Amino acid sequence: MQATEESIIKIQGLTREFGKQKALDNVDLQVKKGQVFGIVGENGAGKTTLIKHLLGLYKAEQGKVSVFGFDPVKNPAEVLGKIGYLSEQPDLPGWMTISQYMNYMSAFYPSWDKNLANNLIHVTSIDPDKKIKSLSKGQQARIGLCAAQAHRPELLLLDEPSSGLDPLVRKEILSAAIRTVIDDGRSVVFSSHYLDEVERICDHLIMFRGGRVVLSASMSEVLNNHQMITISSAELNRVGQDKIERLPGLIKLTEKRKEWYINCFSNYEELLPAIEKLSLDILEKRLMTLDEIFLSYCHEQKTLDEE
Amino acid sequence: MHLRITQHDGVPIYLQIINQIKQLITSGRLTVDHEILPIRVLAGELLVNPNTVARAYRELETEGWVYKKRGAGTFVSNQQNTLSEEVCKKQIKDRIDVLLTEAHHMNISTEEVIDLILDTSKRKRED
Repeated sequence: MQATEESIIKIQGLTREFGKQKALDNVDLQVKKGQVFGIVGENGAGKTTLIKHLLGLYKAEQGKVSVFGFDPVKNPAEVLGKIGYLSEQPDLPGWMTISQYMNYMSAFYPSWDKNLANNLIHVTSIDPDKKIKSLSKGQQARIGLCAAQAHRPELLLLDEPSSGLDPLVRKEILSAAIRTVIDDGRSVVFSSHYLDEVERICDHLIMFRGGRVVLSASMSEVLNNHQMITISSAELNRVGQDKIERLPGLIKLTEKRKEWYINCFSNYEELLPAIEKLSLDILEKRLMTLDEIFLSYCHEQKTLDEE
Repeated sequence: MHLRITQHDGVPIYLQIINQIKQLITSGRLTVDHEILPIRVLAGELLVNPNTVARAYRELETEGWVYKKRGAGTFVSNQQNTLSEEVCKKQIKDRIDVLLTEAHHMNISTEEVIDLILDTSKRKRED
């Protein structure tokens, strides 16, 4: 349960280019044993490209990728045998029945637990003699989740598993993730667009933008140290925009209806002296929600001008 | 012991757990020396990270609401009233800070705020 110092994933200086586009740009990260590691970012920010490197589907062109101490491209058996993987579109063979599929999967994993597999399938209440192609999207995800857990993987790797699924199936996915870390200090990597789910289950958050890591911190740091401060236009003019822009940890400064919103990633003790030095008259100060934090790191959005 | 997590009003999850357990204790639904759910069980039920539950339990322990027995679990303590008075006052003080700042921005004096509080309290007693 408690994250230890032992890293199960180590990525150093990973860069990946597709043509002129940098899908990953000098990425460094470490996932510790026992952690639930959340990955967020807009579509195309680099989340899936990163996960494909972890699975050895992409070879690191620049930089280093190590999973359980192995290079996933050179030692696929050592790495994949310890990973349970579920993606948005689990690629299951439609012509097999569920029990045939579970049997087939068991051959790949020395640690496959047949009783656990049967229990997991039993809990879904789906008839194991059904053909996979006859299942709904939600049922296929549930079967994919069973297969990802039955070998008690050291790492449960969930790549946007919840997209387009009903709340019940999404709950089962969260439950599988929590069970994984509770059981015996196994780890989870969870990439998702559902920020409420990420906030619930993750203890570390990493955010990608345009292939680069723009935020990496423990979930409690992320939630406790993102400040939103509101000041008036007159106040901004009095102090000067350049001085506001030098506030510690400033992420974004935006104007809306004669008020300015200052978004900072810094704890308040650090911010307070700077604010006092400017004797800034603050209209409102509060912590940002994870949604607001996400948006403040995203690309500028053009808004419809309604006025 | 049944807790509920909502994610719409911006209250951090660990704080929701703390507040609800305090409520269960003050309303008498959790009694002295009653064992509260183990961290792992509550985390699995609420579908939240076990460290979040652990943090809530730690703070409840520091504030004197619960105590830990080595190897046994976490229990409701009988000292929460005396020990937490200071903490209760601090929480109310924090709310007053916010209230007075808001009143200040609306050009309402502290005296007027006090009058409003007394009025409201009187009406509540009459209800």
